[in-house]
Parts: sequence; structure tokens; C-alpha cells
Amino acid sequence: MAKVIEGLYYSESHEYVKVEGNIGIIGITDYAQKALGNVVYVDMPEVDDEVEAGAEFGAVESVKAASDLNSPVSGTVVEVNEALEDAPELINQDAYENWIIKVEMSDESELENLMDAAAYEAFCEKEAH
Amino acid sequence: MYKYFPHTEDDLQAMMEKVGVKNLDELYAQIPEHIRFKGDYELPRAASELEVRQVFEELGNKNKQLTCYAGMGVYDHYTPSVIPNLLQRSEFLTSYTPYQAEISQGTLHYIFEYQSMMTQLTGMDISNASMYDGTTACAEAMMMAVAAGKKVNKVLVTGCMNPLTYEVLKTYALHRNIEIEVLPIRDGITSLDDVKAALAQGGVAGVIVQQPNVYGIVEDFTGFAEACHEQKALFIMDSVAADLAVLKTPGEWGADIAVGDGQSLGIPMQFGGPYVGYMCCTEKLIRKMPGRIVGMTQDNRGQRAFVLTLQAREQHIRRQKATSNICSNQSLMALWVTVYLSLMGKEGLKEAAQLSYAGAHYLCDELLKTGHFTLAFDKPFFNEFYVKYDGDANALYNRMIDVGIMGGVRLEEGFLFAVTEKRTKKEIDNLVKIAAL
Amino acid sequence: MNNRLYGNLIFELSKEGRKGYSLPRNYFGDYEIPSSMCRAKEAALPACDELTVVRHYTNLSTNNFGVDTGFYPLGSCTMKYNPKLNEEMAAMPQFQNLHPLQPEETVMGAKALVLFLEKALCALTGLAHFTFKPYAGAHGELTGLMTIDNYHRSRGDMARKKVIVPDSAHGTNPASAAVCGLEILEVKSTADGLVDLEDLERLVAQEGPNIAAMMMTNPNTLGLFETSIPEIAKLIHDCGGLMYYDGANLNPMLGVCRPGDMGFDVMHINLHKTFSTPHGGGGPGAGPVGVREGLQDFFPNVSPYQGNFAVMMRACAYILSLGGEQIKNVGPLATLNANYIKESLKDVYELPIDGLCCHEFVFDGLKDKSTGVTTMDVAKRLLDYGYHAPTIYFPLLFHESLMIEPTENESKETLDAFIAVMRQIAEEAKTNPDEVKSAPHNTPIGRVDDVLAAKHPIVTYQQMLNDQD
Repeated sequence: MAKVIEGLYYSESHEYVKVEGNIGIIGITDYAQKALGNVVYVDMPEVDDEVEAGAEFGAVESVKAASDLNSPVSGTVVEVNEALEDAPELINQDAYENWIIKVEMSDESELENLMDAAAYEAFCEKEAH
Repeated sequence: MYKYFPHTEDDLQAMMEKVGVKNLDELYAQIPEHIRFKGDYELPRAASELEVRQVFEELGNKNKQLTCYAGMGVYDHYTPSVIPNLLQRSEFLTSYTPYQAEISQGTLHYIFEYQSMMTQLTGMDISNASMYDGTTACAEAMMMAVAAGKKVNKVLVTGCMNPLTYEVLKTYALHRNIEIEVLPIRDGITSLDDVKAALAQGGVAGVIVQQPNVYGIVEDFTGFAEACHEQKALFIMDSVAADLAVLKTPGEWGADIAVGDGQSLGIPMQFGGPYVGYMCCTEKLIRKMPGRIVGMTQDNRGQRAFVLTLQAREQHIRRQKATSNICSNQSLMALWVTVYLSLMGKEGLKEAAQLSYAGAHYLCDELLKTGHFTLAFDKPFFNEFYVKYDGDANALYNRMIDVGIMGGVRLEEGFLFAVTEKRTKKEIDNLVKIAAL
Repeated sequence: MNNRLYGNLIFELSKEGRKGYSLPRNYFGDYEIPSSMCRAKEAALPACDELTVVRHYTNLSTNNFGVDTGFYPLGSCTMKYNPKLNEEMAAMPQFQNLHPLQPEETVMGAKALVLFLEKALCALTGLAHFTFKPYAGAHGELTGLMTIDNYHRSRGDMARKKVIVPDSAHGTNPASAAVCGLEILEVKSTADGLVDLEDLERLVAQEGPNIAAMMMTNPNTLGLFETSIPEIAKLIHDCGGLMYYDGANLNPMLGVCRPGDMGFDVMHINLHKTFSTPHGGGGPGAGPVGVREGLQDFFPNVSPYQGNFAVMMRACAYILSLGGEQIKNVGPLATLNANYIKESLKDVYELPIDGLCCHEFVFDGLKDKSTGVTTMDVAKRLLDYGYHAPTIYFPLLFHESLMIEPTENESKETLDAFIAVMRQIAEEAKTNPDEVKSAPHNTPIGRVDDVLAAKHPIVTYQQMLNDQD
């Protein structure tokens, strides 16, 4: 069973947002990392890049698959997780601990369009069948 | 039944019985009757091996064998006899894409060698497993630059580019919505000032130059890479592979992507193909690179092994998001080049390049001595040069053809002559004699 | 196969002072290349004598598996026999020495061959003109889509930027569309594996004026003939789109049905599949594009000359050899061979869609899934028994796709032996699953660590040396 953490916001394309003030910490969920298998590369934007809710900002690659990263919220990238450049497998070890980007959110109301833990768990349950 | 069909009557009966049909026609029972093909194809009757051979010989004799001074991207270099022999090894010839690494180490191994050799030749970090030809490789580089950039869709292309390559770039650019701006020709070369001015306009993803350029001139690209990088544009060099054995490399000029045709590495001209395109880039761009890439790894017995890698970039996984739609490389031609480079080594390449250089400069000097020719541009050239002619150029071109000489490529005011290590002094003297008339 | 003995890279066999070439003397006098032009750093290429090179590559070849080695049932790739005569014809010096820019009157023989091939392909497909510029199947797809795009643009119909493809399509289709600046619309398949007409009608109703083309193979990637093709073509034509035929699966249609008669307007042909030119470890191929009368004016300029001429010569030799009467047998025999394997194995392998197939068909793994033996394991175990694996995990419609295409050249004995081995593997999956899961055992190398390769890419000898430091 994939891990889902209370208090985070989740998107249908399996990204999460952890909110700290006006900063959104974005990564992929445990469910997503399990589905992908061994992550071999994370394609990340650069600091100061603009991201848009629902739009692609990068990709996560495994050997035989690649999955686009869609930003759950809009804003400006303030930090990227450089540790993933050399050790993309960190995502497999703990997808929540090893976030991908931090975004200064421009519209916090967008969070309302995302799922909470319970809703996301149900969503995954449904998708698995 | 037929030499390529092993089915005997008994086989057919037994197999149809297993499948549950009474005749072969029933296999297609589901196809609507009105779209079935019922007639005879408008084709000749089956021919024996001997007859096929006769057809080819007859047609072959209708071609005229010419002593070649034409270049413009395709050069008449010598092919060592080892190469065609090794390429007929049917384990190479009749295999396909090395997806099953366990029984494809032959292919994977030589592609790894090919990649290693091409990076040495170009002075770049990374090479892919090869592309169709030089012109499409250049188009792929153009698209790669646009994809690597951020919301930029303009590419600057030197006016001194081979027009055949330029046409292909234009085709791809039209459909991909890429804007091409052609840089002016300044006395036969590209000007850094023009590049800088165009870059300053903004929105440029890449700058494409050619070395040697279409006139055979070896350009000086000092400052080009820096100018590009200042504006976050990629610097792309399209070069004749064989010439890189001696010329300052794309790597040394600071290029981000090096492309070109590998035909000059001993591949016969064969009326336009197959050749092989090469594409190399800096380490930073590896995941933006189109096409197959072979990497080193280990098998479960701890042995060194080679495998297709970074496949997540490719069409069969990324579909419409792939870096390119290219599937295959030009594998067998990559092997051709690999064997050529193994035989020649750096010394052989240098020797062949020196011979080509010497032959071309000798021809040029002798033509100038006739008083009928002048160099179009007073610039250093390698083994190809553009001379203007003071007489009727078409008449001279035809006169040369009549005596079995492909006297270069006709350019507006004269001829573009190319010389390789294959041309002897006697042949060149003969050409000069005819041109002097 | 002997990877252990000859696993060296050519660089590791190099020794300074050796050479494998001979060149004429320089009789031209003193022409020194000015050092200002020259590279500062020498290219570190191997220095080897001729025999070392010959032995190295000869031995490398033995670590490969080709059609000449054994049965190669790689679905969707049409690994048919590559006749030896064709090789000899393609190497004739009268053609090999031609520069592509030679004037027309000096290349009349070569031009005649191109013309012959065009007429032959027109006869076989029911289309009117071909361009030979595309170098490969994917290049042909792109060329065909550009032709369609050019056609719509010429009529000022600029909105037509969407291409419908079935969800079972080859991954190249969407990738080619993207390179052409077009967008993909997927149409669903029905439970019996064919295009869902209702879904197509819905798409056409929604997107009609934006539809540039529908792109499909027929038979489709499941090896099934799209029986509604006349209706599909009518739907697309009525909304102003064109029909594109992906020629990847043309082989079973030889002697049976022509794309032009099915209602297609544009198609590409993989000469390396249907017309027996060798696959060469992944190229060179050739992907000529054919069109209905009137569309030839919209061919784009995707390469400088007339494509891979030497590949086209091989196709000419093949067509001349078979002639009109034998080429008609290609489709039916390929289809019989595929159905024979399917019927002989469907009790142990899962056949998701029963019924007649064309040249290929897809199993969804073993019937008995309880053993945990996957399609990957079956494929790898086949290598142990001296067969090339079928295409695996494509099409994406099933989880355990195993796609088998035998071609017309294989004898009943070959097929029977393959069937016996496939049954044996199914048996082993029950009795000795670990043996299957850890296969292959008899190949030059075992299963490779592709995670390591992707995570830490080493793609040149130089990188390998740097990595060791």
C-alpha cells in the first residue's frame, strides 16, 4: 500500500504540495514512485522559472518510462532539490522527504482544487482497478 | 513452390487444417469483398537469378563512370576492402534493433565504439548511435536547440551553408514553426558581427555554421561560441567528418552540438545513400539528444555489457513528447565508419586529409595558371574550392563529362571542385589540360 | 557466441605504431596544411593492424543474432529473409560509384531503377506516385504527414492540425505528428481490438474542421484487419481529412488488398520490412511515401537526393525476382504461418482476441499467471533455446503483450520447433519457474543492469577511462 500523508495537498497526476507559509513544496507521491519503478533521472526547472498550475515543469524518468511533472500550483521556483541530480533514487527511498521543487505560490486559492489525503487515497484506490 | 517459400502442398494442407480454413483465401474472409484485390499486379513475371543479374548489368551499363571532382557534401574517398567484407557478416546485416541485449552484443559493442570514435573526432563529450544523414542530423540539431531553449524559436543559419542542407532545414522549420534567419555571406564567410547583431535581437535558440563551408573555405569561428552563450543560444557546427581529423574541432571551437555527414569516412557515394549522420553534444545536453544511445553497464554475471540506454527520451516511450520521431539509427553505416576509423587510425586519417588537401591545392594552382580561372574568394580552403571561369562554363562542364570527368559542381559563376586522396596527379593534369583549352 | 574471448573494445587492442591502411604517395609537392587550421588535441583513435581489425569485428558479429542465424519472430518488424542476390546487385560498381549530383544523362540506369520501383510500388499499393526521399519508416511517416499538412495549407485550411490515431498505434505515430507540428487525438479500440466507430464518430463530430488526417495501420498492431475501413475512410474524407496508411504492416496485404483500394490517400512503405532489404542492426532502411493522384505536388523536401538508393536497389531485385505471380503469395503465406502458431499455442498462452489474424498476433502472456513468470521471462528463455524473442510489451493495450510475426519464409518444421519450445517454456514456468525467471543462461551475457546504465551514463571509451580513475 502506498503511503499518503495527512495535511498535504494532492493532484490527480500524483504530485503533492506541502505548504509552509506561502511556499509550496512539490514532489511526487509514494504511489507515483512505486508505479514508475527505479527513478534514474529527474528533469527539473531552474530557480526563478515560472510554473503554472496544471502545466508541465519537468519529468521523472525510470528505465522504461517517463512521467511529466505537472505543477499543482502557480508561482515562481525558489529552490530545486539539487540532491536529486546525483541521486535520483532518493525519490524511491522516500518520495515525501525528497521533494523536487519549492515554489513561491502566486495564488493560494488554487490549493482548493487539490485533494486532501483521504480523497487522494480513494483516488489511488480507484485508479489501481 | 518458390525459392523463398518453403511450403509444400502437404505442409499447406496440414497447416490450413490446424487453422480451420479450406483454402488460403478463407484466411481473409473478414475483409469486405469489394476492397479485395482480385486482379494481377502490373509487374514483370518472376525472374531467375541470372535474369535479375542481366537486368542490373544492362542498366548499370547505362550509367557513365566518371572521374569524380564533385563534392558539395558527398566525397569520393577510398573504401578499404576490409569494410564491405565485414559488413556482409550476416549476423550484423540481418539483425535488428538491439533490444535483446543478451544476443545483440555485437551491434551494441560496435555502436559504443562508434560513439567513442565520433566524440574523439569532433572533440565533444557525447555521441548518439548515428542518424540518417548529415542534412537530417542538422535539422535534428536545430530542433534540439529549440527544445532545449526556453520559449525561443529562432535559429540563425550561416549563408555559407550547403543549399541542400538548408532546404532540409527549411522543410523541418516550416512544420515545427521554427523561424530561420539566414546570415549574410561576407566575402565567402560568416561574420561574427552579423551573428552578434542577430543574437542581440533576442529569441534565438541556436546558431548553425558549417565547416568547411559550402565554398570549401575553412572559417575562423573565434568568438562565436561566447557570443552564443552570452545570449543562451546553442552553437551548432556542421562539419565534414573526415576533415575533422586535422581541422580544429567543434569541441575546440566551443560548440554545443556537432553534426554532419559521415559519408567522407570511406562510404561509397552510391547515388545519394545510404550514408550516416553523426550527432555529438556536450554532456549537459545528453538528455535532449535525439536517437539511440548505447551505454556501458554490467550483466548479472558481473561481465561488462552494453545496452541501449536513456530510452525515456525516445519515441516508443515518450510518444508525442519524445525529443524526435527517429527510431532507428543508421546502424550498419555506423559500423562502416567504425571499421574505417579502426583501420585508418588518426595517422591514416591525417595522411588521407593531407593528400586531399595537397591534390586540391595543386589542382587550384594549375587551374589559376591557365589564366581562365580565378578563386571566387581569397580565403583558406581545405579540399574543395570555388573558382570562377572566364569562358562558357556549361560548355566546359559538358566537355569534361564527354571525356569521363565529373568536373565538380556547377555554381553560378564557375565550378566547385573537390579532390580526395583517390585523385592521381595524372588525372588532375588531364583535367587541367581540358580546362585550359 | 564467445563474448568471453572477444569482449575487448577495439581501443583495448590498439598499440601505438601499428596501422591498418595503405595510401598512395604524395606526388603533389609541398602543400602543408597551415597549423592555424589544425586541431590542437589529437583524436585518440585506435592504432591496429588489418588482421586485428578483421578478427575483432568478425568475432563481434558472432555475439549477434540475425535472420540468417535463426527464427526471428519479432512482431511488427517483418524479419523476413534478405536474399543474397540483392546484396550483390546493390554493390555493383556501376551504381556504387555514382555521385548524386551527376548530370542526368550519365545516370540513366540508376534513374530507370528508381522509375521501375515507383511503378512497382504504385501497382502494389493502388497509389499514383512515390517519393523516395525518406530514409526510414519514421522519416516516411513524417514525410507523409508533412505532405498532408502542405495540402491543407495550400487550401488555406490552416485549422487542420489534429491527427487521429488508434490507441494501439506505434509510438512513432504520435512522435512524428509532434515533429510535424500536429496534435494527436486518440480513438479507442473496441473489445475485439478494432477501431471503435462510435468513438470515431464522436471525435469527428467534435473536431471535424480541425482534423488533418487519420493515421492507421491495416492490419492493425494486433494483426487484425480493420473491417470497417471503408466506413472509417468515408467518415474522415467527409469531414475534409485525409487517410494515412502506416505501411509497417503491409506485408500480409501483398496479394490481398491494396491501401489505395481501402481508401487511403497517403502511405509510407518500409522497404526493409515488406521488400526484404536487411535491417542492418537498425538501419539503413528506406521509407518511400506514396500518394493518390494530385497530392504529389505537396511532397516536402526531407533529404537532398532520392533517399537510400542502395536500399532501393535491393527492393528492386526482390520485386524482379518474385514478379507479379510470386509476390501475390507473400501475404497469404505470412498470414497462414501466423495463424498456425496462434492456433498451436493458444491453449497455453493467453489469446485476448480469438479469431483469424493477419501476419502477426498478440498473446497476453502465459495463460497460467499463477507462476509469476512474465512475458519478459518467456522472451529471455527463448534466447536460451536459440530463438530471437518476439516483440514484448507492445502494443500497450495488454499488460503482458507478446507479439509474434513469423513471415512467409519460415517452414512448417521451423514453426513446429518454435511451438514445441514455447510449450516447453510454459511447462517450465510451472515446474521450474526460477529457471525461466533467471534466463537467459546460454547467451554470451546474462540480463543487464539497465538502471545502472541510465543512472550513470557511460557512452564512450573516454568516459569509461575517466570513470575508472
